[in-house]
Amino acid sequence: MFFWSLVLIAVGIFSSFIYARSRIKLNSKKQGTKSKSLPNYYAQYVLMWCLFPALIVYFSWAIFQEQIIQNIVISNFEFIEGAVYNEGLLLAEIRNVANNPSFADGKSIEIINAASHYSSLRQISQISFYTSIIIIMLLGALYASQKLKPEFHAQHTIEKYIQYILIFCSSVAIFTTIGIVFSLIFESLRFFAEVSIFEFLFSTEWYPFIPIREGQTAAEGSFGAVPIFAGTFLVMVVAMCVAVPLGLLTAIYLAEYASQRVRKIVKPLLEILAGIPTIVYGFFAFVSVAPFVKAFGQSIGIDASPTSALAAGMVMGVMIIPFISSLSDDVINSVPQSLREASLGIGANKAETIKKVILPAALPGIVGAFLLAISRAIGETMIVVVAAGTAPNLTGNPFENVTTVTVQIVVALIGDQEFDNPRTLSAFALGLVLFVITLFLNIIALQIVKRYRERYE
Amino acid sequence: MSNSKILANGVDVYYGSKQALFGISMDIKEKEVTALIGPSGCGKSTFLRCINRMNDLIEICKVSGSIKVDNEEIISEKTDVVSLRSKIGMVFQKPNPFPKSIFDNVAYGPTIHGLVDSKNELEEIVHSSLKKAGLFDEVKDRLNEPGTSLSGGQQQRLCIARAIAVNPEIILMDEPCSALDPIATAIIEELIDELRLNYTIIIVTHSMQQAARVSQKTCFFHLGELIETGETNKIFTNPDNTKTQDYITGRFG
Repeated sequence: MFFWSLVLIAVGIFSSFIYARSRIKLNSKKQGTKSKSLPNYYAQYVLMWCLFPALIVYFSWAIFQEQIIQNIVISNFEFIEGAVYNEGLLLAEIRNVANNPSFADGKSIEIINAASHYSSLRQISQISFYTSIIIIMLLGALYASQKLKPEFHAQHTIEKYIQYILIFCSSVAIFTTIGIVFSLIFESLRFFAEVSIFEFLFSTEWYPFIPIREGQTAAEGSFGAVPIFAGTFLVMVVAMCVAVPLGLLTAIYLAEYASQRVRKIVKPLLEILAGIPTIVYGFFAFVSVAPFVKAFGQSIGIDASPTSALAAGMVMGVMIIPFISSLSDDVINSVPQSLREASLGIGANKAETIKKVILPAALPGIVGAFLLAISRAIGETMIVVVAAGTAPNLTGNPFENVTTVTVQIVVALIGDQEFDNPRTLSAFALGLVLFVITLFLNIIALQIVKRYRERYE
Repeated sequence: MSNSKILANGVDVYYGSKQALFGISMDIKEKEVTALIGPSGCGKSTFLRCINRMNDLIEICKVSGSIKVDNEEIISEKTDVVSLRSKIGMVFQKPNPFPKSIFDNVAYGPTIHGLVDSKNELEEIVHSSLKKAGLFDEVKDRLNEPGTSLSGGQQQRLCIARAIAVNPEIILMDEPCSALDPIATAIIEELIDELRLNYTIIIVTHSMQQAARVSQKTCFFHLGELIETGETNKIFTNPDNTKTQDYITGRFG
């Protein structure tokens, strides 16, 4: 149904476009004046007046139709006294019977009645849907056609409409973000209604497995997130220890030493590193790096577990190298050439110039790159899920199993649970913490980078 | 000829396949100001940058021919570019102080070349360099403020102080006043006149008045060739070449 209505709309706007264009040409010829704008703008004007009202009707039907029909069907349903109904099941049954009459066998008369009611409502809805689309397009075209006079500034109006369209598009992302933030906040509030916020933030025991059935002997759930934050921090530190030196030195090489040809090859290669799906890094960490870490740990007398903060952190470090190297490379490149010349002109060699002039000048931007990389690292999920483990150990030993915020969110959401117990709700609280931290890191990083840019441009 | 400081002979410069300088030969005397003039794109800055090998920074730039500084060949693989550049200071078109304090800007050169053994000595060099650049009185109370906080003319004098802090023999100036107002320009020109007593100065300029005011020798470049070179007085009053005549009377360029 909705496909054919799209065809209908397409035909409608196409003909309105053709009509408007020939009409404005005719009108201006009749009056003997040149129109203020090119004929195409008038045609676009009419087209928009045809298209947007039709789209509004289209989407409101798509969104509300089923809901309204169901409400009417349910409110007219002849409930038998004393019987218990599950509304969702009942509706599913009615829909099944309506869509496929062979299911009607053995169903109660109420259901069959309701199903035919449902079908007839759908038919009415469909007819009125097509009629209202046609009417609204005609009305729109009619209204807009009145403006088809040579003295009307169609182009100005079109510009304005285009601006509205752009504003609408950009607000979609903003409102989605706001929506996500609010859902995080509200679900977290539900969690904090059951678990105290102090326990969550400061207690060190994380056993989210609450008894599901009554009388089960499992311990009470406890939700102290400190080990999780500590694990996240540990993995992040390992990752930064790998990524900062490698990324920064790569950036210095690319920006200051590499010839144009090398640069052209190496930079895209590094960016490929950023394009590898993180799950691939994850099993690379688990299959290749973790056993190596374990063997290495044993060789120096430390009992390493098969999954460890070190393995996950190292691979994550490799993953964020391109962030650091690419951003730092840009920053170093934007240090004015005149500073390089000044330093070299005094007789400094390249290393002195980099160490004493370029890096200090680029430092704020480089720190910004680090912060962005950190926020990327603590938000990263797949690598740690696969390679860091799920045990909430409060430890500073990178050879041990740790768990991170993102891993615990995954763990909390796996399985067939409704969002009505603290275990699943804890995912939202953890998500909120993660969101707040990365938000602040990003804001600080962007501020630093921005201030730095202003100074040199 | 005994006091010839820089002796260029048949210098060709290519940017990729495009030739920018054609067989430049020039003799620059010690403790004189030599002005390089000519229309934009004539190669005068390119030539200036050959003298301290600044063209090395441009990957596609190839220099051939011979330039001797104090009778030592510098267009050679074996040249020690670092010591060459410590002997030849450079002041650029746009003031380019480091984003460091005024003091650190001037102290940069002496520190990296290890010219000083103590803090006092460093301070002395910084102060005397600033004095020689005529900037000391203006900034003596705020040596710890960033060099970029100074005005354009002060920044340029700071750059001159930075250049002379390593005690060079030659100072190259690439249109040092083109980003400055007339008053700051006048101050720099006076300064150049004083510096002449101790340094050999080569200055690229677009302003013929400036060349006439500050220089003793003038070289006129056109389309990558050195057209005429001689006493500034003579070039500006009675040039031999008609192209020079046309340029200084403002018929082209």
